[in-house]
Amino acid sequence: MWGRIMFNLFKNDKENKIENITCKKCGAETPSDALRENLMICPECGAYMRMGAKDRLNMVIDKGSFKELDKNIKSVDPLSFPGYAEKLDAAKKNSGLIEGVVCGEAKIDGIKCAVFAMDSGFMMGSMGSAVGEKITRLFESATKSKLPVIGFITSGGARMQEGIYSLMQMAKVSGAVRRHADAGNLYTAVLTDPTTGGITASFAMQGDIIIAEPNALIGFAGARVIEQTTGEKLPEGFQRAEFLLEHGFIDLIEDRRRLKYTLSNILKLHTKGW
Amino acid sequence: MNTKSEGAYQKVVTARGGHRPMGGYYINRMIDNFIEFHGDRRFGDDAAIIGGIGFLRNKPVTVIGMERGDTMEERMRRNFGCPTPEGYRKALRLMKEAEKFKRPIICFIGSSGAYCGIDAEKRGQGEAIAENLYEMMGLKTPIISVIVGEGGSGGALALGVCDTAVMLENSVYSVISPEGCASILWKDSSKAPEAAEALHLTAQDLYRFKVIDKIIEEGSKSNEEICSDLKSFIIEEIENKSKLPTDDLLKLRYKKFRKIGVCG
Repeated sequence: MWGRIMFNLFKNDKENKIENITCKKCGAETPSDALRENLMICPECGAYMRMGAKDRLNMVIDKGSFKELDKNIKSVDPLSFPGYAEKLDAAKKNSGLIEGVVCGEAKIDGIKCAVFAMDSGFMMGSMGSAVGEKITRLFESATKSKLPVIGFITSGGARMQEGIYSLMQMAKVSGAVRRHADAGNLYTAVLTDPTTGGITASFAMQGDIIIAEPNALIGFAGARVIEQTTGEKLPEGFQRAEFLLEHGFIDLIEDRRRLKYTLSNILKLHTKGW
Repeated sequence: MNTKSEGAYQKVVTARGGHRPMGGYYINRMIDNFIEFHGDRRFGDDAAIIGGIGFLRNKPVTVIGMERGDTMEERMRRNFGCPTPEGYRKALRLMKEAEKFKRPIICFIGSSGAYCGIDAEKRGQGEAIAENLYEMMGLKTPIISVIVGEGGSGGALALGVCDTAVMLENSVYSVISPEGCASILWKDSSKAPEAAEALHLTAQDLYRFKVIDKIIEEGSKSNEEICSDLKSFIIEEIENKSKLPTDDLLKLRYKKFRKIGVCG
């Protein structure tokens, strides 16, 4: 249906160096370029590995169509929180990004949309002021230009190193999602592994359409915390995408290889009315 | 004088205090002719959240308050004040009713957080909170939220999207509990006092950060006196907010949260 994926939109990035990546599920080692070409799905066992924000965008958007927005908004350390400045530096090196979310405008099969992709390589995609601000701005600009929003979500939750500021980003982004929705625009959330805490309790669950990747961990409270607090044994598949589908909290689970097709289809279904 | 870290953690201890009044106290004392309404009309009724209608001075309001109870038996029944998804959905149902009948809404917040358990996850704890944030941003009636005890993360924020945010002097409001923070940071929950300090979770911090609009002094005042001061402030705020055209009210609510955050 759609051709070979192009990974050359973002040049000279750390991820373009070839190294072997080990599958956490089966232990198979695959060269990173081959793995990337296989959409970070282990060729041996089919396990989904986490994708960086830029790989994610490359996977679904039309080549050359991406226009990044608010690229330079970055975190500061408003509370002088112990170890935060060092963690930010390490996260930048680790992910090759300035912040844990990449935002912009792009086309998917020729249809214009606003997109954001979070990156679990940047402090587990946690949301502090900068991530909240970038996503809020994206919804605001999409509202102004009447664009649908597609969000690729992965996050451990609100970033504790920014204290109350992080918690309040949940309300701030929710307000922007609401305004975008009130203006009649479409928001599709794609939940990927992991989506937890304050992100699940805000914009991850506010999509008109909520798609999840197979086996993605999606929940509010941490599984270990639940086990420790309640002493209950967690059922098999707890907080996985399939569990949420069964309990009625997501619209569908989509294969990564079909994601572009499905997103493009959804966009098309929202472009023409009777 | 206390060291700084004792200061922040002392507030946490006070905010959680065994006999500190929670939502139920303020509702009973502040609201006349209160009628409690139960249930989310979806699944169940959550005793950790009390909701209903009554008169504030002589005008109708919808009130919602987190309550953990006094006796052990009551605390078990109320899940120690940790709301389940049904609690948040009940709150939202009552808030929508308030919007329909143009009643202002008062929320009292005091809970260590949203209930953490298998059933709560099954029934969409995250979705329930997300829905409240989304809906409260657009509710066409004034909302006043008061942190009376511990404002525990997303579970507190689910009643905290508002036009006026108030904290009692010895209440706290945080993205994560100091114990949770300490065990992540230092793998040692006994370092909670240091974490409390690092998190900047006191009412005074939040006022300085412009996250809240007002601190109600507690000092050596009795609970009755605190409640009376709070009541006067709430009445004043509702009167102010009720004068605003709905569009302005919603714009200001959006801006209130829109401006929070510090980045480079």
